[in-house]
Amino acid sequence: MFKIVSAEWLAPKVRRIVAEAPRVAAHHQPGHFIILRVRDEGERIPLTIADSDAEKGTITLVVQVVGATTELLCELEPGQAIQNIAGPMGKPTEIEDFGEAVLVGGGVGTAVIYPQAEALKKAGNKVFAVIGGRSKEYVIFEEELQAYCEEVFPCTDDGSHGYNGFVTGKLGEMLEDKSRKIGAVLMAGPVPMMRAVAEVTRPYNVPTIASLNPIMVDGTGMCGGCRVTVGGEMKFACVDGPEFDAHKVDFKELTDRLATYKEQEIFAWERLQKGHQCKLDQQEAACRASS
Amino acid sequence: MKPSERMKIPRHEMPEQDATERSGNFQEVNQGFEEQFACREAERCLQCKDAKCIPGCPVGVDIPAFVSAVSENDLSKAADILLADNVLPGVTGRVCPQETQCEEVCVRAKKGEPVGVGHLERFVADWAREHRKDLFEPPPATGKKVAVVGSGPAGLTCAGELAKRGHAVTVFEALHRPGGVLVYGIPEFRLPNIVVDAEVETLQRRGVEIVCDVIIGQTYTIPELLEEEGFDSIFIANGAGLPIFMNIPGESLKGVYSANEFLTRVNLMGAYRATEVDTPVIRPTRAVVVGGGNTAMDAVRTSRRLGADPATLVYRRSRAEMPARNEEIKHAEEEGVELKLLNTPIEILGDDDGWVRAVRCQRMELGEPDDSGRRRPVPIEGSEFEIPCEIFVVAIGTKANPLLTQTTPGLEVNKWGNIIIDDTGMTSIPGVFAGGDIVRGGATVILAMGDGKVASRSIHKYLMNGQA
Repeated sequence: MFKIVSAEWLAPKVRRIVAEAPRVAAHHQPGHFIILRVRDEGERIPLTIADSDAEKGTITLVVQVVGATTELLCELEPGQAIQNIAGPMGKPTEIEDFGEAVLVGGGVGTAVIYPQAEALKKAGNKVFAVIGGRSKEYVIFEEELQAYCEEVFPCTDDGSHGYNGFVTGKLGEMLEDKSRKIGAVLMAGPVPMMRAVAEVTRPYNVPTIASLNPIMVDGTGMCGGCRVTVGGEMKFACVDGPEFDAHKVDFKELTDRLATYKEQEIFAWERLQKGHQCKLDQQEAACRASS
Repeated sequence: MKPSERMKIPRHEMPEQDATERSGNFQEVNQGFEEQFACREAERCLQCKDAKCIPGCPVGVDIPAFVSAVSENDLSKAADILLADNVLPGVTGRVCPQETQCEEVCVRAKKGEPVGVGHLERFVADWAREHRKDLFEPPPATGKKVAVVGSGPAGLTCAGELAKRGHAVTVFEALHRPGGVLVYGIPEFRLPNIVVDAEVETLQRRGVEIVCDVIIGQTYTIPELLEEEGFDSIFIANGAGLPIFMNIPGESLKGVYSANEFLTRVNLMGAYRATEVDTPVIRPTRAVVVGGGNTAMDAVRTSRRLGADPATLVYRRSRAEMPARNEEIKHAEEEGVELKLLNTPIEILGDDDGWVRAVRCQRMELGEPDDSGRRRPVPIEGSEFEIPCEIFVVAIGTKANPLLTQTTPGLEVNKWGNIIIDDTGMTSIPGVFAGGDIVRGGATVILAMGDGKVASRSIHKYLMNGQA
């Protein structure tokens, strides 16, 4: 069991969870992920490690409620525990001195780029972050990123904070700016965002790395469920990745495979909501009985 | 009892769950012996002085002795004898290919049927699981620490043997539940996970510590285990690893699985109990599995139980070349699995939404023998046809997982990435041993267990004398 030390809401349906996982914390590098199981009978899901503290033996996860498992995870309070956390998994980010490095984060993907920002800064880069959210309240890690970035550019779809528009718009402007010498773009976020960013950087020939999030089971290369096509070759995101050259990733296929269990996910979600309603009804009945 | 009387007793068949019924559930196919049948079967053993069955067993179980105890109805004694040589008898009694090992060399097989060693082993193991919760007197501690990588059959065997000799053993398992292929791979209807759990618990009572959620090569490296975590020796048994795909068009379609993924979802994660667990699996109305080994049989029989009708197995050679056990092939056919032999998939066809809709196959004929001595399948031009299906499972083998080997400087591997060992089981790194599929590249449970046993003896020698 992996005890939760703290948990708080960062944005609507987005929770930051700090959990005890000393073995993982001791070996965490940027780009690594873990696989967790919330409970017995739970499924195994991959989550990128947003931060770690080797001394305290904790890791930080940033989780968005997108289905039954993430909802169960986000219901946990400090003092409660996650059934299993295995990791760190995947290859770490290849950190080099690119000169100027731009990190692009969309939604909870912003948590993924956070440890990369620190490592890139330490490697001598001038680091910039372009982070997106639907509106102001969905933009996360802005302050944290400022510690390692020359500039952080929040972007909102509705213009309620920072740049008015998608991250691709802001990134496009930066690439056009001849005074900048962008050596690399690293990104994490929803697949449509990553696909669009790859298209924005392609004409400029800027090396662009995407952190992919396919469906996984074991996370050790054993099942092959996370296979993605990169440059026409089959790769396993868990052991060959999860970071790949975004210009070579078949994002259409990734999008498609991510939808494999849509029906089952809706079923699981409805079952969970029904369960919750049962619990509420029971509590209410118990309340009435005792009063 | 006189040998002539023993010779007259016919072999008792294993009672099986009705084929139609079992093709719709995940309960065990083989139901196990009743006590009186077990005693009767045990009486068939001629108690050979120079028993061929013992060397026929990769872990060297004293078969005549435990069978004799069964015939005397002394099951506690039988369990002691069995457990002395085999820490996983409930597993091997179910999944060992006895017909090519102990039973093949049984003297009674020369004229008729061999003694049902596997069935008796299972009987004794199941009895022990119900009736024995031994508290083991711990042997004197040697003060030596051994790390075992992987809790599959090789790792568990090695761990158990080392614990018996007083070494402190820690087994690291990457998944959340111990057992390796025994729990993620082999289906419930052949080997219930509770059987594995019980035998793992017995090992824990012997003092073996099992730590889940640790991936060696990621969480710790081999050098870290030796230099920082204070282990005196290591046994690497992390299994075969990566699934091989066919490299044909359509393998990224939704509904295409490796056998590992399909079986892991169903067995380890319990996806067949859809209303109770969170892990999903596609429930097909029609399934195609490619491959001819036991894993392929497990996958196709699993798909049948999830509702596939037809559940079709496609194999490029003929029945004679199938590596699967005869019993598995027979059980599959009884359950309604269709075998399409001498066929190979050449393309997976998808619909507009990216789902598998059919597999295009090509017929084969057998040509000259190849390197493996089996006749090489040769495609017949113009023989292509389609099999409609919603899932397509690839069960054509695995290759070595690089996670551990890549992070272990000085560890020698062959061109396939399998770890190279010497006769004692030691790798190119002193004190580091290996066995099971990471060495063999895909074999059986019992051969992995044999490796674990050999390595345990060498590790013991290495720890006590400084050399294996």
